[in-house]
Amino acid sequence: MTSLDTQGDPILLEMRSITKEFPGVKALSNVSLRVMAGEIHAICGENGAGKSTLMKVLSGVYGYGSYTGDIVYQAETQQFKDIRASEAAGIVIIHQELALIPELSIMENIFLGNEPTKWGVIDWAEARKRSLELLARVGLREDPDTPIKEIGVGKQQLVEIAKALNKSVRLLILDEPTAALNESDSQHLLDLILGLKGKGITSIIISHKLNEIEQIADEITIIRDGKSIETLNVKRDGVDEDRIIKGMVGRTLESRFPDHEPKIGEVFFEVKDWTVGHPQIQDRLICKGSNFYVRRGEIVGFAGLMGAGRTELARSLFGHSYGRFIKGQVYKDGKPVNLRSVRAAIDAGLGYVTEDRKSLGLNLLDDIKTTTVSAALNKISNYTVVDTRKEFSVAEEYRKSLRTKTPSVEEGVAKLSGGNQQKVVLAKWMFTDPDLLILDEPTRGIDVGAKFEIYGIIQRLANQGKGVIVISSELPELLGLSDRIYTIFEGAITGVLDKNEASQESLMKLMTSARKTA
Amino acid sequence: MNALKKLFGGNTRQFGMIFALVALIVFFQIFTGGRTLTPGNVINLFNGNSYILILAIGMVLVIIAGHIDLSVGSVAAFVGVSVALAMRDWGLPWWAGVLFGLLLGAVIGAWQGLWTAYVGIPAFIVTLAGMLLFRGFNQFVGKSNTIPVSKEFQFIGSGYLPEVGPDTGFNNLTVLLGLVAVAFVVIMSLRARATNKALGADVPELWVEVTKLVLICGAILYATYLFATGRPGTSFPIPGLILAVLVLIYGFIADKTVLGRHVYAVGGNRHAAELSGVQSKKVNFMVMMNMSILAGLAGMIFVARSTASGPFDGVGWELDAIAAVFIGGAAVTGGVGTVIGSIVGGLVMAVLNNGLQLLGVGADLTQIIKGLVLLAAVAFDVYNKSQGKRSITGLLLKNFGRNNELKPDETTSTKEVISKEA
Repeated sequence: MTSLDTQGDPILLEMRSITKEFPGVKALSNVSLRVMAGEIHAICGENGAGKSTLMKVLSGVYGYGSYTGDIVYQAETQQFKDIRASEAAGIVIIHQELALIPELSIMENIFLGNEPTKWGVIDWAEARKRSLELLARVGLREDPDTPIKEIGVGKQQLVEIAKALNKSVRLLILDEPTAALNESDSQHLLDLILGLKGKGITSIIISHKLNEIEQIADEITIIRDGKSIETLNVKRDGVDEDRIIKGMVGRTLESRFPDHEPKIGEVFFEVKDWTVGHPQIQDRLICKGSNFYVRRGEIVGFAGLMGAGRTELARSLFGHSYGRFIKGQVYKDGKPVNLRSVRAAIDAGLGYVTEDRKSLGLNLLDDIKTTTVSAALNKISNYTVVDTRKEFSVAEEYRKSLRTKTPSVEEGVAKLSGGNQQKVVLAKWMFTDPDLLILDEPTRGIDVGAKFEIYGIIQRLANQGKGVIVISSELPELLGLSDRIYTIFEGAITGVLDKNEASQESLMKLMTSARKTA
Repeated sequence: MNALKKLFGGNTRQFGMIFALVALIVFFQIFTGGRTLTPGNVINLFNGNSYILILAIGMVLVIIAGHIDLSVGSVAAFVGVSVALAMRDWGLPWWAGVLFGLLLGAVIGAWQGLWTAYVGIPAFIVTLAGMLLFRGFNQFVGKSNTIPVSKEFQFIGSGYLPEVGPDTGFNNLTVLLGLVAVAFVVIMSLRARATNKALGADVPELWVEVTKLVLICGAILYATYLFATGRPGTSFPIPGLILAVLVLIYGFIADKTVLGRHVYAVGGNRHAAELSGVQSKKVNFMVMMNMSILAGLAGMIFVARSTASGPFDGVGWELDAIAAVFIGGAAVTGGVGTVIGSIVGGLVMAVLNNGLQLLGVGADLTQIIKGLVLLAAVAFDVYNKSQGKRSITGLLLKNFGRNNELKPDETTSTKEVISKEA
């Protein structure tokens, strides 16, 4: 039996005051969500607001007991201890990173972990028959024997849905289903979700693409800072993109910034028509003819949602270390420069602090002093012999000036907290003495106190006449720090706003639409 | 206990192995009734293992960079037979033969480095192919025959430091070498201490330093005594001398040069290294090439020692070298390891081999014991890592004294920072 709400619509799912804590962080606090049977329910919120965590609680990735609150599904309180339990109840989640095995065929993927058997042996005839039906339902015309790696992301997404349908899904959860898709694939997918709705399948969709949500959602729940803010009914409340954005960002600035009086000089770094292809997928572009410039002493923000192409832009500039370079030119001090290798980029005065400190930024086996000098070993060595005295004193100098908390510079970087690790990484790049420092999510995973210090360091670098590019998912951070902010959407720069004309609303609008306003 | 900890602090994992080596020597000295630490036996031990130890030097760099080289035995054999043939058929003098061997090693290394670094085929596969290829080449060019080498050439594998100067009852050059080594160790550690002090880094207390030096120098002098008092005609062996020079050179390269830093960086985190401007392909090429050069040298020393090259030279050497490196504290995942550690690891295996032989243990049981030792050493390492600890001695001393682990998450609170900024 399904319960009814006050208007007499059947309620399929109700999550009541869900609270989920990770060590030191409250990811969700008292979140409530109510989903009607047969509707498409969108969940909106900024990166890190808690959307994915909420869905993981629902689908049993974080099992019963690891959170507090109740999940009422089909009028019964559920205690999913793992994904299998939630799938048995008809809840299927499709993650942003698809869980398909590239080497296996479409058919094998659809039935993976759920193989039809006869006397313990897989019944391939049955599997083929059923997969043909399922593929027809999702509108995918491919041979079931085609390996997954040979079909595009859009079609892979459809295979995921076919796989979900095979599990007799009642509630389908899609996490950023169109993030990696082009326009026509996205449209096809959205039509399919609408079609499934007609067949009685309820969907929860998480998306940053507000225009899509506006188009297909019946209700929208907005989550901000781990709390559920409001639920909007699209038809009744006349919701549009602006209304959603207001809900998503409507908070006061929480973090604080050191006072900073920018001393901005002339343009010294310019990028023209920067075009880069996806490293694996042939005709997909990750940077679409980007143009931008940086002035001396200027902090330039890059705003964009996850997957918009911010990191890809930065890394492709920094020694072509990501993607396939297609065309574009970089000018420094008016002269064209070639940044064909990381070495060349460092020599040309660029530095890049990665967003992924642990896997791209640090050798966790190293100690602080070796890390500090590792990008500029030539500065402390004579005839390729490293001067360990200089190494120590350089590391010591940065430890003092950046106030890195460590008993000694001989301590392993793996033992440091995130904030202190980031200071070591900053020291490493400051020691290369770059003219332009690109900081990719410089405060990710860092507590408030250390954030404040890192902001101070960034401002000091700008005051020395260096250009700083800050890429961040946190809009308040960009607004508090930057002198100018570019917005990126799907690999293209969609606008640039001055410090005084930028607001969370205006940025969010440029970050979520391809509208050219620049 | 804290004092002991201090004494063996610093690079604890390595000192753990030195501990094990000393314990092993003492054990065999007792149970063989003093036959282990005799001049003859020690000289034998060095002569019979120096080529494996030379391989271990190259292998540790390969493993630090995150690769492996299975071809070293075959490469050594191929270089050995080629040099023997070149000297016999082309009449090359011994020194030209050595140069030719090193060059051939470099060419082979460039071949393997090319596939590994620039084509991107895992070193395991490249060198597995190399193992077959160069074994085949060895038997092809040598027609599976034994090829003798000249007396002059034999010197690099079985020669000794000559007798010079007055008759003191010792081999004078060996004594001199021992004294130079002692002076070197003392000066280097005192200099390092002074430097660290001047920079304001932590230095151990003076008594710790002195005790350490006394122990090390005592060991060197005792070894010198053994080498210098062997039966007439023997003294410190030439292969041992070559090994010592290589240890110094490669220890220096690994520890103090930009190239060495890059090897560790590539092995520790290739992506991070590349994003710091390290040319990882070049580094990978260099370590693979270097390995084959050293394999060539080891092959020549072996041929010189056994007075002839043969079709089955170097069989199984790769495994001994790899075992030495892992016992010596290198990590399977790369980024960790030292030259000196690998030498100690190699000596542990050598002493074990030698001692078991002296005890009359059969080859079957010896292999079983060696296999268990390798497994135990690496298992210890893995266990320590999973416990977030690094040292074996630390583990042994776990229940004694306090653990002065540092608190990792001390970040300044916002308030504190703001008040400082103001």
